[in-house]
Amino acid sequence: MRTPAFILILTAVAAALYFAFSYVGNDYLFFAGYTVLQYIVLATAWNILGGYCGYVNFGSAGFFAIGVYTTVFLYTVGQQIEDLVPEFMLAPMQLIFPLPLPVMIMVAGVVAGFIGLGMGYLTLRLRGVFFAIATLALTVVLETFIVNWSFVGGSRGAYVIPPNEVPIFGHFINFLFVLMLVLVILALTTARLIERSKLGVGFATIRDDELAAEASGVPTLRLKLVATVVSGALMGMAGAPFPFYIGYVEPASAFNLSYAVNSIAMPMIGGTTSWIGPLVGALLLGTLQQVATVTISSAVNLLIVGLLLIFFVIIAPRGIVGLVQDQLRKRSKT
Amino acid sequence: MEFDLLINAIIAGLMLGGFYAAVTAGISISFGMLDIVNIAHPGFIILGSYIAYIVNVHFGVDPILIAIVALPAFYALGSIIYQVYYQSFEKHGQDSLRGLAFFFGLLFVTEVALNLVFGVDYRTVEVPYIGGSLSIGAMEFPVRMLVPCLVSVAMFGGLILFMSRTFIGRAVMAVSQDPQALQLMAVDPIRIKRIAFSISIATASMAGAFLITIQPVIPSSGREYIGRVFAICVLGGLGSLPGTLIAAFMIGVIESITSTFYGPSWAPAVSFGLLLLTLAVRPSGLFGR
Repeated sequence: MRTPAFILILTAVAAALYFAFSYVGNDYLFFAGYTVLQYIVLATAWNILGGYCGYVNFGSAGFFAIGVYTTVFLYTVGQQIEDLVPEFMLAPMQLIFPLPLPVMIMVAGVVAGFIGLGMGYLTLRLRGVFFAIATLALTVVLETFIVNWSFVGGSRGAYVIPPNEVPIFGHFINFLFVLMLVLVILALTTARLIERSKLGVGFATIRDDELAAEASGVPTLRLKLVATVVSGALMGMAGAPFPFYIGYVEPASAFNLSYAVNSIAMPMIGGTTSWIGPLVGALLLGTLQQVATVTISSAVNLLIVGLLLIFFVIIAPRGIVGLVQDQLRKRSKT
Repeated sequence: MEFDLLINAIIAGLMLGGFYAAVTAGISISFGMLDIVNIAHPGFIILGSYIAYIVNVHFGVDPILIAIVALPAFYALGSIIYQVYYQSFEKHGQDSLRGLAFFFGLLFVTEVALNLVFGVDYRTVEVPYIGGSLSIGAMEFPVRMLVPCLVSVAMFGGLILFMSRTFIGRAVMAVSQDPQALQLMAVDPIRIKRIAFSISIATASMAGAFLITIQPVIPSSGREYIGRVFAICVLGGLGSLPGTLIAAFMIGVIESITSTFYGPSWAPAVSFGLLLLTLAVRPSGLFGR
């Protein structure tokens, strides 16, 4: 399937989903759906580096929070524009601020991408394990900075008040939902493009045998940096609308470990070799968690995610997609 | 006055460092020597803290004593985990990605399970010496820091002796360098690795008791130690126990000075910053081979 056709199909599915939800007319569907969509973006982004290159990123929460706090920063600047900007600059700045949310998302993507580049440059020349540990460290360093940075709320947190109504979409949550749908399409298309391009082949050589790849002239460092930047940028973009969704953010919620766990567990459970895996994993696990949070408790649902992750890496290393493929192969043989 | 402050910060840092040595000992064995990236280790330390807490609350026993009694249980836990790890990952060759995810899952499950059982309240132990302190001139030695530090350094010394003097200890050092050569000497590398990994988990019992003696514990306390522990381990040169001890003292002092002069909220970033710096500049560590 060609890429334009793929995008068209995704858009059609997204539109169908949106209208189906609107038809039901329950706001909760949009709230729950937003979270699941956010996880699809995170899982797909994680998989670009983790699944394709074989470099484990434990810092998804960090990149997500970069997106969250980029929005908080830009929003706060927009709120306090009179105090921050000298008189003669005020008029032009007031034209720009407050920034519309889609612009904030793009800025968040750029910021997260740059931080990914910096971190990757520091650690990607080492063995994969060191990269994994460094990503954990990065999350804590970032959290410490945010806790100590009072402009974005520090440890007290910051309020971001979403407008009540937006043109065309009506409720703001509908608008957020559509934005997330667009991000999902962007993430899935990017992942699929990478998979089918020379870049994807390069990534796969890194995953399978980095030394051999390096020896046969694959520019491994450059490829890994590309993967880290794309993956980090997507995670940042997934985090950017979050303050508007939740209304109040503090470091503990933005850097929540459950983002890191989920964005690893979802591709691992779905299957890491293609873009379908994270999508399947995120849909299943995301929906399951929404149901479990409502019916049981949020602590139990995290326990389920952790146990499922352990179970799948031991029993079904290639995830659900791998299981299905095995079944199909067996059937075609007999 | 400033000078007194500095001296006391250094003393507090040294005692903190002694405690960090116990926390890192396990990682230094599993990650440094066996190449098993056990990021779940801090989770087991917190488990140790909670075991010490439960027994202490009900029977009033000293947490460090409890930890010593619990050592065999942690050793057994380590054996089981290694067996699962070996059967599912190590046997099939290098699949570090899944192994990492496995340990990450373990860490997470431990934390959430403790959360479910004990809730998110801070837990402390009751020991007579908590609150007391020795002072020599202007120097202050809080006993609740001093006791864990001394026991920890003693344990660390024991580990160093064990690794360098006994047959099994030397075999552990050998298995990290050349498992095949070890096999030629009629030693089963898997058994040696299992023993070493079990020892590494057993140290978590001790470290957990030290932790809850020093400060109140919540299930998510373990997270702050992940980066710190790996920072010390890498800084000390992977798998070098004496190097780890020195690095632990260094990190302790640096953190203590940072929190005395710049505020405690900056302290966690110090070790992580150092870790990133070490990884970028000299990944073999200060005392690496």
